[in-house]
Amino acid sequence: MTARTMLTIAALTVKEASRRRVLRALAGLTILLLALSAWGFSRIVAEFGTLTSGEAKLAASVVLNLVMFGLSLIATLGTAFLAGPTLSGEIESGTALAVLARPIRRSAVLVGKWLGLVAFGSGFVVLAALAQCLVVWATVGYWPPRLAVGLGLLAAQVTVLLTLGLLLSTVISPMASGIMAIGLFCATWIAGVVGNFGNALGNESVAHVGTVSQILLPTDGLWRGAMNAFQDPTLRGQFSEAFSGNPFLSEAPLTIAYLAWTGLWAALVLGLAAVAFQRRDL
Amino acid sequence: MSADSTAQQGGPSLDAAERLVAELPPAPAVWCSDLHKRYRRRTAVDGVSLTVGRGEVVGLLGPNGAGKTTVIKILLGLVRPGAGDVLLLGRPARDPYARARVGYLPELFRYQPWLTAAEVLALHVRLAGVAVPPRERLECLAAVGLADRAGDRVGGFSKGMQQRLGLAVALVARPELIVLDEPTSALDPIGRADVRDLLLSLKDRGVAVLLNSHLIGEVERVCDRVVILDKGQVAASGTLEELLGRRELRLRLDGVSAEAEARLAAAGRLTRSGSSFTVTLPADQDTTTVPDLVADLVGLGVRVHTVEPVRISLEERLLDILRDGQSGDSR
Repeated sequence: MTARTMLTIAALTVKEASRRRVLRALAGLTILLLALSAWGFSRIVAEFGTLTSGEAKLAASVVLNLVMFGLSLIATLGTAFLAGPTLSGEIESGTALAVLARPIRRSAVLVGKWLGLVAFGSGFVVLAALAQCLVVWATVGYWPPRLAVGLGLLAAQVTVLLTLGLLLSTVISPMASGIMAIGLFCATWIAGVVGNFGNALGNESVAHVGTVSQILLPTDGLWRGAMNAFQDPTLRGQFSEAFSGNPFLSEAPLTIAYLAWTGLWAALVLGLAAVAFQRRDL
Repeated sequence: MSADSTAQQGGPSLDAAERLVAELPPAPAVWCSDLHKRYRRRTAVDGVSLTVGRGEVVGLLGPNGAGKTTVIKILLGLVRPGAGDVLLLGRPARDPYARARVGYLPELFRYQPWLTAAEVLALHVRLAGVAVPPRERLECLAAVGLADRAGDRVGGFSKGMQQRLGLAVALVARPELIVLDEPTSALDPIGRADVRDLLLSLKDRGVAVLLNSHLIGEVERVCDRVVILDKGQVAASGTLEELLGRRELRLRLDGVSAEAEARLAAAGRLTRSGSSFTVTLPADQDTTTVPDLVADLVGLGVRVHTVEPVRISLEERLLDILRDGQSGDSR
């Protein structure tokens, strides 16, 4: 019964996302970004015909990571703004009353929503990123070495942020929860960039800023792991100075411990959201 | 004693216990005891107990802010009570499955605007865990006048149509108890009449109904019993006969002596305005009370112009109870 409730709510959430304008807006933005990147990559080939194969790979990796960042931003913004209204919006409007008066557990509804949002957000980011890789392959002939890992980490990044959005939406208003999730996401990214500079300058305390923020909210850590999977592994040896402080190149892949922490983090935040939702008066 | 002999003895006694349980009358549709709820420093519900029997239609009345909607939400597990117990159809309300056969139309009704009316019903049937064929779901929509809008998105519905859809949602999963919170707030007069007919048909089918409504006429027409809430407490409750049992007698009299006035006061609470006298008769009056009073008055030399029996309406009774409560507070 609980599993059926979860699946019903997950299917309803996917249906909601697909029937609302947000999907069309996401699709429009993605197509625009893909088209722009196709033009940009074709210019790299045309303007910098004299680049060595290594330099061309470095340029492709940096620009690919830059565009992927745009895509992951669209996906995280989209799902965070979906995750907020989906719960607190339904509570505010009264839609939740008739649903939650059915013989179902609130935790099952929450997990169902989460599953639906994960399916939608991950599905979007994986498809868009795959399309982007095809664009890069068609224009400059570069294919990321560990594509599946990169796509998986992008999906995990979306999942982490929407889990946070869901927790926030159980306690604060729809718009505030969306804005707060995005704000935290951006703050973590900036802290990651600052930490990167700290590493480049050999300043440990500045470097710690990035590490701590990546532990508190794993979106930036996952993003750096994804970048590492998309860039050519031979570049690190050839262009070590290009890596220092560059926000669109990553020096090392993710550790298993960090991935385990991310899984635990998501489970904890989802559990906290379930407890907050269970205790809330409607 | 060996384990075998215990089992042999346990067999028939278990059967007897099962028979005893099977022969018990079914548990009430709603039973709640001593419910309390505070929102920060404000007490919303303060010791409310009520029962809705199987197949009974009970009206919940009271002024704004009396705690009616909070009581309903506590019954349905939407609000956590500070204290008190709730049983729905014999099961503790903490268990979500207690609501398996409960339909609910919230006061703040809104349904997924991106779904069609038929999809909303399909969703609720699935969540209720009941197998209701599409044909029966359509009949449900027809019962609330939405048969031809089944395929339309709810986003395009007027408020009245959404409230009708809410009624269909409350009815669709073959409920044994329906809780309706202001079910006619957005409906036109025809819609209100439709809801009244619907409530009467539910009553005929033995479905218990808890109805919160400001339309006292509606409550008076369909309810078996009424519970009046005021300031989070039960101010009065009972069948309509019990609550409205009091009748008034209005008389226009001449030549009323002190002795005649004492005779009038002996019949019930007396109020006088010039030659008009109003006697509130007790609920347990018999058929001879009024003729005896008139005969005695004539015997005491009173000239009787008119004698007019008046039944108190639920509205007057409600106002009486609420005003009594207020004067009790001010004392």
